[in-house]
Amino acid sequence: MLGTWLFQIVTLLFLLTACAFFLGEYMAKVFSGERTFISPILAPVENFLYKLFGIDPNEDMNWKTFAMNVIFFIFVGMIALFFLLRMQDSLPLNLNNFKAIRWDAAINAAISFVTNSDWQPYKSEAVMSYLTRMLGMGLQNFLSAATGMAVAVALINAFVRKNTPGIGNFWVYLTRSIIYVLLPLSIVLSLFLVSQGSIANLNPYVHIKTLEGKEQIIAQGPAAPQIAIKQLGTSGGGFFAANSAHPYENPTPITDYVNILALLLIAAAFPFAFGALIKDRSQGWAIFIAMMLLFIIGLWFVIWSELHGNPLLTKLGIHNGVNMEGKEVRFGPLASAFFANSATATSAGAASSSYDSLMPLTGIVLIFNMAIGEVIFGGVGSGFIGMMFYVMLTMFLIGLMIGRSPEVYGKKLEAYEMIMIVSALFLPCALQLILSAIAVSISAGTSSLGNPTFHGLSEVIYAYASGVGNNGSAFAGLKADTPFYNLTIAFAMLAGYLITIIPALAVAGSITQKNSSPLATRFPTNRPLFILVLVGIIFIIGALTFFPALVLGPVVEHLYILSGKTF
Amino acid sequence: MIHKRVLWSSKFILPAIKQAFIKLNPLFLWRNIIMFVVEVGAAATLIIAAMHFFAGIPYNFDLYISIWLWFTVLFANFAESLAEGKGKAQAESLKHGRSDVYAQRVKPDTESEVESVPALMLKKGDIVIITDGMMIPSDGEIIEGVALIDESAITGESAPVVREAGGDKTGVTGGTKVLSGTIKVEIRTNPGETFIDQMIGMIESSKRQKTPNEVALEIFLISSMILFIVVIITLFLFGVYLDFKISTTVLIALLVCLIPTTIGGLLPAIGIAGMDRLLSYNVIALNGRAVEAAGDVNVVLLDKTGTITLGNRLATEFIAAPGITEKELARFAMLSSLADDTPEGRSIVILAKEKLQIHGRDIRSPVGAKFIGFRAETRMSGIDVNEVQIRKGAVDAIENFVKARKIIFPAEVRQAVERVANEGGTPLVVVDQKTVYGVVYLKDVLKEGIRDRLLQLKNIGIISVMITGDNPLTAAAIAAEAGVSDFIAQANPSMKLKRIKKYQQDGYMVAMIGDGTNDVPALAQADVAVAMNAGTQAAREAANMIDLDSTPTKLLDIVEIGKQILITRGALTTFSISNDVAKYFAIIPALFVEKCSMLSVLNVMHLASPFSAIISAVIFNAIIIPLLIPLALRGVQCQQVSVEYLLKRNLLIYGLGGVLLPFIGIKLIDMLVVWLGWGL
Repeated sequence: MLGTWLFQIVTLLFLLTACAFFLGEYMAKVFSGERTFISPILAPVENFLYKLFGIDPNEDMNWKTFAMNVIFFIFVGMIALFFLLRMQDSLPLNLNNFKAIRWDAAINAAISFVTNSDWQPYKSEAVMSYLTRMLGMGLQNFLSAATGMAVAVALINAFVRKNTPGIGNFWVYLTRSIIYVLLPLSIVLSLFLVSQGSIANLNPYVHIKTLEGKEQIIAQGPAAPQIAIKQLGTSGGGFFAANSAHPYENPTPITDYVNILALLLIAAAFPFAFGALIKDRSQGWAIFIAMMLLFIIGLWFVIWSELHGNPLLTKLGIHNGVNMEGKEVRFGPLASAFFANSATATSAGAASSSYDSLMPLTGIVLIFNMAIGEVIFGGVGSGFIGMMFYVMLTMFLIGLMIGRSPEVYGKKLEAYEMIMIVSALFLPCALQLILSAIAVSISAGTSSLGNPTFHGLSEVIYAYASGVGNNGSAFAGLKADTPFYNLTIAFAMLAGYLITIIPALAVAGSITQKNSSPLATRFPTNRPLFILVLVGIIFIIGALTFFPALVLGPVVEHLYILSGKTF
Repeated sequence: MIHKRVLWSSKFILPAIKQAFIKLNPLFLWRNIIMFVVEVGAAATLIIAAMHFFAGIPYNFDLYISIWLWFTVLFANFAESLAEGKGKAQAESLKHGRSDVYAQRVKPDTESEVESVPALMLKKGDIVIITDGMMIPSDGEIIEGVALIDESAITGESAPVVREAGGDKTGVTGGTKVLSGTIKVEIRTNPGETFIDQMIGMIESSKRQKTPNEVALEIFLISSMILFIVVIITLFLFGVYLDFKISTTVLIALLVCLIPTTIGGLLPAIGIAGMDRLLSYNVIALNGRAVEAAGDVNVVLLDKTGTITLGNRLATEFIAAPGITEKELARFAMLSSLADDTPEGRSIVILAKEKLQIHGRDIRSPVGAKFIGFRAETRMSGIDVNEVQIRKGAVDAIENFVKARKIIFPAEVRQAVERVANEGGTPLVVVDQKTVYGVVYLKDVLKEGIRDRLLQLKNIGIISVMITGDNPLTAAAIAAEAGVSDFIAQANPSMKLKRIKKYQQDGYMVAMIGDGTNDVPALAQADVAVAMNAGTQAAREAANMIDLDSTPTKLLDIVEIGKQILITRGALTTFSISNDVAKYFAIIPALFVEKCSMLSVLNVMHLASPFSAIISAVIFNAIIIPLLIPLALRGVQCQQVSVEYLLKRNLLIYGLGGVLLPFIGIKLIDMLVVWLGWGL
């Protein structure tokens, strides 16, 4: 079984690399305004949209204008979604007569979906109408993903340009992200999902009698298209609460395979788009390889930890002690672990199993994936942005070590950039720890814990890592649909989002005005040494920041399991 | 280089120790926030120890921690004071040691009584009297008299100009010369003092302007400190939730271990030591930014004469005409040059002696010889001995001489002349009234070691550009021989400026060294501009560094020093952060092992007890600072190797070494602590 699985994983990663490469090349063309094979169909749509919204596609924005537009855009999205949730009872397409969403949950959900986190402490099929989910969640899955992509493209462009204040036009990047990249891909994916048994309808829920004679309600809805975009856009908000463990979301092992690919695809394509746009593809490969390396290390740990099983279960007579609790039997422990690693490495937060029930060391990897800022592929666009901050920090240290004032891809890194780098990298870390500490210190926080003690701490840390990292996945077990968690996690998501995007635009605005140094004088950032240093620095910063917290949570749990104790 | 080996003499150490205590004043320490935080921690633990003492609770542990935290601060202060002391001593010796141009200064409160003072000592408002043949010591304004002034050093114009008091022609420039007349000049600038004082200002950390890169690094260090403060506070709260009580002293100890105290403590010393090193090369930097930029330079403009070549052409080869032996040629060439006092002439004599194996100090000129000096009309020089007329000179002049005497100018000699010219040399033909003897090859001789230095530059990716007034052919030949990457032939000031701008547009950082006023635009444009002290006032004002010895190859040293400062900072930052790994493994198990015995598996060093583990980590953290002082002051070695190799080496030493060393160090200290009975 293991051999087959490893084979499937390796082929999937190769397939991912190939697809991401071509998608990256395609995206580079799209964002630099070149014609592509579908331009004949889409260019008129694009131009129509510009006319409709009164956008001048030739306007070149400086970073402040760009950032203002982004912030305006997400706040409008948030407010619209908030009112949609609060008024869904009086709007059409509410076939199951759901009530309006409570205010704190509505704020949380609005921020959650606009920031591409899709944290869902509720069962969406039990509280939200079809209209809410299509016009609210579904739409935001596109818009939030596209916003991340637009900012990433602005940052890339800043490396391409020199001695100019402009970083491009937010509305153009946003429009192109949606109609050239997200829409076509999600149409293809949702058709595929439907072909595999996923559903897409507007029927009322089906009431059936089970074999035991009890009544069961089977939720229906326009699932497939939303599943497609939540995977592709790495938002991860499940159409059903069980997320990708639900048979309608992830009907077969083939859809599982394709869903994982979809999670990673666009985020993995960004390094290649970067390489193509700066006209040095080896730089894109280097970043991709660094991400892949971190991904594989995490995956290896996860697989090892799940296969090692639980000695307590072995004692109970379970073969190898492999822990199946909380996992879909259709997928088994390995596929579940692979999915989990993919969903936390990217900022998707989708799930095909209950992460709360994964082994503690798996939990460490998942928390680590998120806590370092979602840069192992990460969210579409935002993952690449986060990685660029690590690249900048790495190049700062490398510059010092080789006796040059630091630069990255030919652009000098000075005090201003440093402020932005540490804001984007350290503030989220600090925020996660502070919010977790608050949650375990006050009764509003501790009363929600299903497992007080070490595992409870893991759950809380996971929740805020997920929030700040805009991941959206959860260790269940934490009853998070309370005003305290709804509001603090909402704050975490919004802050985590803004302190990635605004520093990114500020850096873009600064380096776009700088001259770029000649290629021959730069430190080679496309060779193994750089990749290793980059991976090492990501690892060290994550480890130094989260070592104490992880020791008290998952590490202690792991040691307890090894010594054969439970709580 | 001065004061190189005396760093550890008591002359520096004792004052530095005193300064280390003076600098404990929080108002001073505030400038170094990381050390300030350590001091706050030290004070807090001291208060805790005192409270425990009065409450009758065991206070030893708190006291030990406090003492070592105080030491941490003192060690850092000591490093800074030591660097300061060394730099000040060097600056003082420079101030006294310079004997430059002297000026006749009118004594204050007198009408015309004068005293002789060095030009470097002149202050703004001083009045000096300058008469025939004297150099104007500094920029100023004529307040009395009229003079004819030779300003060729500045304008290149050889015709002297009239300057007089009153009207709009009162300004005189330092470095120009009074040809006739006596003037009273009021000095407008105080050059010597400005430079030296600026330099001293950069050595005193309280006055020192931080360089941009230092600021960026500090932002990183301070924000990582803040992150660690968050880590510690949240750790405390997680501990409370899990019913682990962690004492404040332990939290402070852990915090101080984690924040980058090693680099934080040594950072000011590194910057000051860089200035010290510059001073020891007799270079004064007018701001720290320039020193740092020097490390980034990727194009250096070098004047050919004086930097790449010795400045004078020297005879290197005798090419004899057909039928003439080399020795014969050498003998005649020597005779023709005996009275020639130019460097070229002397070099011919030296080479001829070598070829003829004459060891005498003096060669007597033949009896009855009559020397023919070089004249502009004949463009030849030589000697007449009896009937023999020996001449040497440029080929066209000699051709006229030969034609007049109807002798044949051999084709082989003509070919030799062409070959020498093509190779960038200067051919001199030697003849007498009957025979053409051959050609003396005068060559621009490269300075010793310049090829190696240029090669080193190439290895670290720096483009060297030679500037010369020679024609392109000659320039190309010398460029190829010296191994420079590029050259500007028949250069004039505007070409230099244009070339610098072009390099800068392409993203290069350009350094140049200059002396004349015609260099001023280029100096002002270059990122790193070094003016020679012998140069004009205008050039010195446009530059951001002054080379007191006026040795042009200094530029290469300056580049190295700039790099060294950055590398030292980078290496110690990496070391500091890498150390944290071991400290975590020492302290975290110690914190929780009482409540959760399983965590003892993380005690990989097998430290004796939680207390000894924490104390050992704190002691290691403190003593690593004085251990690294020599490295911080000397600078990390900056070999001229490829950047990837350099990075690999530094990562291995300071990164991997930084991870491993504290494991060993903390373990050893732990054993010592147990032996001393501090482990409690």
